[in-house]
Amino acid sequence: MHGLINRAIQSFFCTTYGTDRWQRVTEAAGLEFCEYEAMLIYDEEQSFGMLDAMAAELDRPLDEVLEDIGTFLVSNPQVESLRRLLRFGGVTYVEFLHSLDDLPDRTRLAVSDLHLPALELREHAAGQFSLTCHPGLPGLGSVLVGLLRAMADDYGALVMLDRQGGGNGNGRDVISITLVETAYAEGRSFDLGARAG
Amino acid sequence: MIDRDQLADTLELMCPMFVLLDPTGHIVRVGPTLQKLRPDMQMAGERFLELFELTRPRAVANLTGLLANAGTKLHLQFRDEPRTSLKGVIVPVPDGTGAIVNLSFGISVLDAVRDYALTSADFSATDLTIELLYLVEAKSAAMEASRKLNLRLQGAMIAAEEQAFTDTLTGLKNRRAMDHVLARMVASPVPFALMNLDLDFFKAVNDTMGHAAGDHVLQQAARIMVEETRDEDMVARVGGDEFVLVFNRLLDRKKLARIARRMIDRLEEPIQIEGQTCQISASIGTVFSNQSATGDPAELLHKADIALYKSKRAGRACHTFYSSDLTDSSQEPVPSSSMPPETSARAAY
Repeated sequence: MHGLINRAIQSFFCTTYGTDRWQRVTEAAGLEFCEYEAMLIYDEEQSFGMLDAMAAELDRPLDEVLEDIGTFLVSNPQVESLRRLLRFGGVTYVEFLHSLDDLPDRTRLAVSDLHLPALELREHAAGQFSLTCHPGLPGLGSVLVGLLRAMADDYGALVMLDRQGGGNGNGRDVISITLVETAYAEGRSFDLGARAG
Repeated sequence: MIDRDQLADTLELMCPMFVLLDPTGHIVRVGPTLQKLRPDMQMAGERFLELFELTRPRAVANLTGLLANAGTKLHLQFRDEPRTSLKGVIVPVPDGTGAIVNLSFGISVLDAVRDYALTSADFSATDLTIELLYLVEAKSAAMEASRKLNLRLQGAMIAAEEQAFTDTLTGLKNRRAMDHVLARMVASPVPFALMNLDLDFFKAVNDTMGHAAGDHVLQQAARIMVEETRDEDMVARVGGDEFVLVFNRLLDRKKLARIARRMIDRLEEPIQIEGQTCQISASIGTVFSNQSATGDPAELLHKADIALYKSKRAGRACHTFYSSDLTDSSQEPVPSSSMPPETSARAAY
């Protein structure tokens, strides 16, 4: 798994639960290091072992922890650059949702060896969407739920999210998105010219 | 035929930085994004070339001159501050009622977006500027991650080098290790002897036979020193051809003189390298820990140096014990005329 993903997980955990507990996670997972390097590639199995150890350490279901990671990615100032990159997807939440189709390509433009599974947004009715997350990175669906929720806050939109089809065997995750209101709250500003530090 | 207003309405959507000119080169209308760059300026009615300076091609004074460059890339900039540079293209309006200039930022777009607080609404839907900005940010973030990795690796490398106590070429202790050992030993009551050993004529080997040969000689010399000393003694390479040996609890002058002699004899044995013979020698100076007045390692090393230079002045290939009546000549050059017993110049052939 790409170091950027591992690094993001590490920074989520350390920020939320502290480095002492992170140390315990790395030990439980049998890692011989406690710092992931963002630009290196790590063994898949080892990374999933780390996630399991994390869920065990927190005594919470992994899906829940993954959702928290998705929220962290958008809302924490440490990873402001990621929020900005996502905001480039569109001026409104709906535009942003549509831009998710391009997310794997956009990601590859930035980091050529970071491959994300295909994402597919369908609009079923006004304000009714479903996002299909194709197989390739188990757990991404849960992360996306957290991320979509936090991005809705970011745009000031009110949405209801429901994750269906997790573990239905074909490895696909489908998230249904109901947009209740596009301008529910103020949202956070996005200044095109302000480069994240 | 559509009229000028309809044309301008269309242009607003497709090229938000357009300028519509009348036949005299005066501005009729400008696109909303261009207007955003000069919010307080009434652009309509101004002469185009008085607002914008044409930097390439130069020496264009009027609309006719501009239209002579129709379809080619124009380089322009505002005449007032901030003198944002722009790219543009001009085309005549078909029925001769003027011309349309379409402008864009070119590479200055990054600064422009910041300076003028532009948003994605200021660019036409097909404009790739937003993608460009995305890419710039994404690449900067990725570069930053790479840069941090490099810094961490560099830090780790420096730390590892600093912590290293071994001279990688010879496997002996390095200067850093020697500093540690000496600091510990002068602080303990255990007496010891300290030898400074310089290889003589080593530079000649390096110069005439190359560094690989030099390295080989150093490794041979290191092996001899290790073999001629006990396990509890310390042998360190502290410079290119400088070594320090510390003999724990060994204050017997006869024994030390014997060890020194044996080392010199063995070091003088010719060494074969790729069919060539080279020969070096060594000069040694020895001091005892109880000859230090201050208990400072630097003082001991200096006194061993004084003895070493006495050996060098005595014609090299010999060993001297430090005594207080030796004069300090360690800073003065040693005559370099002396040659090894079997002159090493031969090694060059």
